[in-house]
Amino acid sequence: MQLISPVEIVKGNVLAVQDYAQLSGRALKNIFKQPRYVADTLQQADLIGVGSLPIVVLTGFFTGAVLALQSSATLIKFGSLSLTGQLVSLSMVRELGPVLTSLMVAGRNASGMASELGSMKVTEQIDAMRALGTDPTKKLVTPRVVSSVVMLFFLTIISDLVGLTGGWVVSLLLLGLNSYQFWNQAYQNLVAEDVTMGLVKPVIFGFIISTVGCYYGLSTKGGTQGVGRSTTQAVVAASVLILVVDFFITRIIMSWFGSGI
Amino acid sequence: MPSQQSRSGTLVMEPEQQDFTVTYDDVRLAFEENQVLQGISFQLRRGETKVLLGVAGSGKSTILKLGLGLMKPDSGRITVLGQEVSSMPEEDLFALRRRVGMVFQESALFDSFNVEENVSYRLREEHVAEDEINRRVIEALRFVELEHTLKKFPSELSGGMRRRVAIARAIITEPEVILYDSPTGGLDPITSTRIIELVVKQRDVYKTSALLVTHRLQDAFTMASSYFDTKANEMRPVTAETPVDTNTSFLIMRDGKVIFDGSAGELACTDNEYIREYIS
Ligand SMILES: Nc1ncnc2c1ncn2[C@@H]1O[C@H](COP(=O)(O)OP(=O)(O)OP(=O)(O)O)[C@@H](O)[C@H]1O
Ligand SMILES: [Mg+2]
Repeated sequence: MQLISPVEIVKGNVLAVQDYAQLSGRALKNIFKQPRYVADTLQQADLIGVGSLPIVVLTGFFTGAVLALQSSATLIKFGSLSLTGQLVSLSMVRELGPVLTSLMVAGRNASGMASELGSMKVTEQIDAMRALGTDPTKKLVTPRVVSSVVMLFFLTIISDLVGLTGGWVVSLLLLGLNSYQFWNQAYQNLVAEDVTMGLVKPVIFGFIISTVGCYYGLSTKGGTQGVGRSTTQAVVAASVLILVVDFFITRIIMSWFGSGI
Repeated sequence: MPSQQSRSGTLVMEPEQQDFTVTYDDVRLAFEENQVLQGISFQLRRGETKVLLGVAGSGKSTILKLGLGLMKPDSGRITVLGQEVSSMPEEDLFALRRRVGMVFQESALFDSFNVEENVSYRLREEHVAEDEINRRVIEALRFVELEHTLKKFPSELSGGMRRRVAIARAIITEPEVILYDSPTGGLDPITSTRIIELVVKQRDVYKTSALLVTHRLQDAFTMASSYFDTKANEMRPVTAETPVDTNTSFLIMRDGKVIFDGSAGELACTDNEYIREYIS
């Protein structure tokens, strides 16, 4: 096996980041330019939004439910079981709703995009598209970015609501809290900061999922094996990036609102 | 270049480029260590079909892809229809590419689109009216004798049918230049002749300029010695009574360089050992 010098590796990574940034930039710029591929965007929206709904509902519900269950163990020690609603709603809206939904959609759609575009790349269909005078970033990337961002936004809201419902069901049936206590706590304690955080995150995560998926797809090399590699790399990179970026968004929004440290 | 009657009567262009639709000037390209093209220069006249010959891996497909700006050369200039593709940014190339047709070596049909959607792709992109699209798709598919496969997907077609669909997709907008990459590769003689007939028809009926890559020398000679008879709607050999100019030339590559560029007549009387062996 041939050894690759560390300098080459670093150079390769820097170039990859640069290519990724360029692709993302172009995908954004295309939103404001003709031609717009509305039909392709709607088709992607259906694929991402409607297609992901079942898994988002399931994960949301059980996350909310388990949150209620876990927190009850601690809260009961302090005699404040009635705070369950607040705990579930804050955790869901600020963190778990956006992050878990994004991770689910990343697993489902970043991989889908990478493998679809990757197959097109290795069978020269991307080149054929360019040869026919269509910009693949306009026809393939931008519709995926737009629909991912919009759909993830709504999927997250649905996930939050379903998560709260999960928490409520557990509170009602297992913890013996009444509905009013739960929902009142859940609603009363949400402030602008929580809602902002909960709605900004999915927009950014949607952008990450789609651009990472498309980037790995379009930079696929090496036949069918290459498609497999791009697909896994896309999911891994998107997931890691979501978790890292999540930390920074949280930090930035907290300092905007002057909360935390 | 031998001077020949130009067919570009109505086109206004810079005087020096009037006759040439495609020019390559000292084009070089290497893939890492592999020096694929080492100074390729040639010109394609308007209405001319140039047949690119060379052993497998000699860089023929690479030359065609460079011509569309799908790759960039390391050095040298390539102009297509008066525009320098070798230095144009990707965004500006799309408009030019719409005036050029390309048939890929492996057809490169969109596999999630059916035949009709593949062939009509360019027209749909240009928002042509739906009934106009239908008319032209049928016309283009009739040209390649595949009008009964409209709703089939590429995976349901044979290799030869895919090739012909790719040709239909390339010619539907009547481009001024067509790049054919091995349109007869791996096909039986009957289908190959049929495809060559299409190319000749395109050349003689629509006066398209073309670069054509092939491994089958007999195809190249058929092209150089046949013309398309529009009345009979078939390809006919050129005879003494029908002295038609077939507008076909040959370009042979070896080791990244052009070793022959000229007409069939010139090819027949060359004394280069390698070429003699190649064409025998
Ligand atoms: N994307 C690429 N990366 C690295 N090397 C490449 C690439 N494309 C082509 N090559 C190399 O360039 C050379 C020429 O390739 P090309 O496809 O142009 O050959 P060709 O003349 O079309 O061959 P064939 O007649 O078999 O189609 C080959 O040696 C090939 O290995
Ligand atoms: Mg080739």
